[in-house]
Amino acid sequence: MSGFFDIPSDLQNSYFGLIGLHLREALLPVLAGLLVSLPVAQLCVRFRWLYPPVFGVTTVLYAIPSLAFFVVLIDYTGQTETTVMIPLAVYSLVVLVPAIVDGVRSVPPETLAAATAMGLGPVRRYLQVQLPIAVPAIIAGLRVATVSSISLVSVGMLIGNQGALGNLLHDAQIYNRPLLAVNSVVTTAVLAVLVDAVLVGVRVLLTPWMPKERAAR
Amino acid sequence: MNVLHFVNAFFSDSAHWHGYDGIPYRVVEHLQYSLEALAFAAAIGLPVGLVTGHYGRGGNVLALIATAARALPTFGLLVLLVTWLSFSTGLVMIPLVVLAIPPILVTTYEAVRSVDPSPVDAARGMGMPESRVLFQVELPVALPLILSGLRSAAIQIVSTATIAAYVSLGGLGRYIIDGLYQKNYEKVVGGATLVAGMALATLLVFWAVSRIVVSPGVRRSS
Repeated sequence: MSGFFDIPSDLQNSYFGLIGLHLREALLPVLAGLLVSLPVAQLCVRFRWLYPPVFGVTTVLYAIPSLAFFVVLIDYTGQTETTVMIPLAVYSLVVLVPAIVDGVRSVPPETLAAATAMGLGPVRRYLQVQLPIAVPAIIAGLRVATVSSISLVSVGMLIGNQGALGNLLHDAQIYNRPLLAVNSVVTTAVLAVLVDAVLVGVRVLLTPWMPKERAAR
Repeated sequence: MNVLHFVNAFFSDSAHWHGYDGIPYRVVEHLQYSLEALAFAAAIGLPVGLVTGHYGRGGNVLALIATAARALPTFGLLVLLVTWLSFSTGLVMIPLVVLAIPPILVTTYEAVRSVDPSPVDAARGMGMPESRVLFQVELPVALPLILSGLRSAAIQIVSTATIAAYVSLGGLGRYIIDGLYQKNYEKVVGGATLVAGMALATLLVFWAVSRIVVSPGVRRSS
């Protein structure tokens, strides 16, 4: 196992530096995606006709392969982290918007009526009733978006070593050290599983009202 | 409108239209890889998904497989396999197939399991054997969802086959990878346009197929 954690100096980062970089490149886009998709989803719930076109556009954007997306952006944002993060943010919309729309729509009308009868205005009704009930669906979407985002960051290696842990794959080839590739794959997978577990934990914390056996899933 | 300029330059250069590195050759190559990988993945994912969905068993195992497959970085797996062993087309197929099985398997399972139980009971009550219940009742009703699983698998294969050009697979990714190394941005953008076009064509094909094979009654109710 010699050399497993010896990161070649051309990456200008320690092992943990790469992990930090990877998390930042993967999580910031999902966060941005969440901030955009919350209002978009709310609009889609409010105006039903808006949902099919929004869904269509995001599906088409999602179909565009990451590498093609990256290289077209090079012309505008250069070979930088931003070029990797923009497509990831767009991809996260495809998962998050339907998840939030389904979640918010699944709130029973009686609950909404009860909230209105208690004197809650539309804003408080949204923040205190609809959003909390939609949390399981939103977190389910976030899990899918985050995990695929973490795995996609590596592709950023192809556009001028912007792939964080993915850069190890390139070094594995040029220095003929396959162990570095093993390191990259294993660390990325472990990161994905850990972040997934953290999100499940957040869900359990935010939804104390959910029955235990469903929370186990 | 820089990018459009590059795209135009790429497609109007006649050198890009014939020979081993010509657009038609690369498109066919890319199609061939994608179809092979999709066929393998469907051959594994569809039957397993149909049977497990029919009996409603193994959902937890399938959810676990889906999470594990999402967590595995496909690109890393691809590079790892090739650096460790050596390049061969068959070897590159493995990550592509592994990548495509979970969406097919999990969606098929969910689709069959979530079929309205009353027509299934009616079919059993009419004396249909299990195989006919599955193929003549559950399958037609579940078809739109099953196709959407196949579609997302196909899209992922098309985009990952692009990345596989890094480990010397042919196909449309060649233009992007080679163009990046040659600092030939025209080639990069041209390749990206072709790949995006192929992905959108995949969407269209699946849309058309679902218009044809999904029964009108099912389409109206969904």
